[in-house]
Amino acid sequence: MIDTNLFQLICFYGFAIVTVLGALAVISVKNSVHAVLSLVLTFFSTACIWLMAEAEFLAIALIVVYVGAVMVLFLFVVMMLDIKQEQVREGFIRYLPVGIIVALVMLVEMLALIGVRTMHAHVMGADPATVAGVSNTAWLGQALYTQYLLPFEIAALILTVGVVVAVALTLRHRGDKRHESASEQVRVNPRDRIRVVKMAPSRPDEPTASQEPLP
Amino acid sequence: MITLSHFIVLGAVLFCIAVAGLFINRKNVIVLLMAIELMLLAVNINFVAFSRFQGDVAGQVFVFFILTVAAAESAIGLAILVLLFRNRSTVNVAEIDSMKG
Repeated sequence: MIDTNLFQLICFYGFAIVTVLGALAVISVKNSVHAVLSLVLTFFSTACIWLMAEAEFLAIALIVVYVGAVMVLFLFVVMMLDIKQEQVREGFIRYLPVGIIVALVMLVEMLALIGVRTMHAHVMGADPATVAGVSNTAWLGQALYTQYLLPFEIAALILTVGVVVAVALTLRHRGDKRHESASEQVRVNPRDRIRVVKMAPSRPDEPTASQEPLP
Repeated sequence: MITLSHFIVLGAVLFCIAVAGLFINRKNVIVLLMAIELMLLAVNINFVAFSRFQGDVAGQVFVFFILTVAAAESAIGLAILVLLFRNRSTVNVAEIDSMKG
C-alpha cells in the first residue's frame, strides 16, 4: 500500500520531467513540426500538473484552447511555409554556449531570490474551492462573472480584434485572378448602370417604295 | 508531499529554457514564437500554484486572461509570419532588416 503523499509526489515529478524534456525538445529539435509536437506534449503535461493543483477548469481549457486551437494553428503555419532547415539552423552552435550560460545564471538567481527552502514550508492544504463547497469551475465562474466581469468582456473584445486583424493581415487581392467583390456588387447604384434617355415619341417609318408588299 | 517550491521551481526552469531558446534559435521566427508561448506557460504555472496555495481565486482568473491574450497574440503573430514569408520567402530574423533597426 503506497502512501498518498508519496504517490502525489511521484506523479508530480513524472509530469514535471516530461514537461521539462518537452520544453528542451521545443528549442533544440531540427524539424519545426517536431518542435510544435513537443510543445503540445509540454502543454499536455502542464495541464496534468494543473490538475494535480486542482485547477481543473484551467487544465481542460489549456488542452482545449491551446492544444486544440493554437497549436493546430502553429502546425498549419509550419506545414504551409516551406522552410529551409540548413539556413535556419546556422548559428545554432555559435549561440549555444551563451544561451546555456544565460539560462543557468538566470535559473540560479531566480531560485536564490525566491528562497526555495522557505517555500518548502508551504505544504499543499485543502483545496479552496472544496472548502467553499463548490467545484473548481463554479468557484472560478463566480469570481469571473461578478468581480471580473469587465475584464472578461475586454478579453472577448481582444479575441474579436485578434480575429479581425489576422484576417485583415492575410487577406490579399491577387491581380492574376478574376474574382467578384461582394461589397462592390452590393454598393452598386442603378443610376450608374442604366441611363434612361428621354426622347420624343415618333411614328414608325413609312414603308419605302422599293419594298414589295407581302402577298 | 507537494510544496509550493515544487511548482515555483518548475516554472523557473521552464522560463529559463524558453530564454535559452530565444538565444540559440536566432534564425527561426517560429521557434521564437514557441519560446514566448513557453514563457507564458511558466508564468501561468506560477499563477496557478500561488492561487492554490493562497486560496485566492484571482490567480486562476488571471491565468484565464493570460490564455486569452496569448491566443490572440499567437494568431496575430502567425498572420504576420505568413505575410512576411509571402513577401520575403524567409523566416530568418537576420534577413528581415528592411527597417534598419
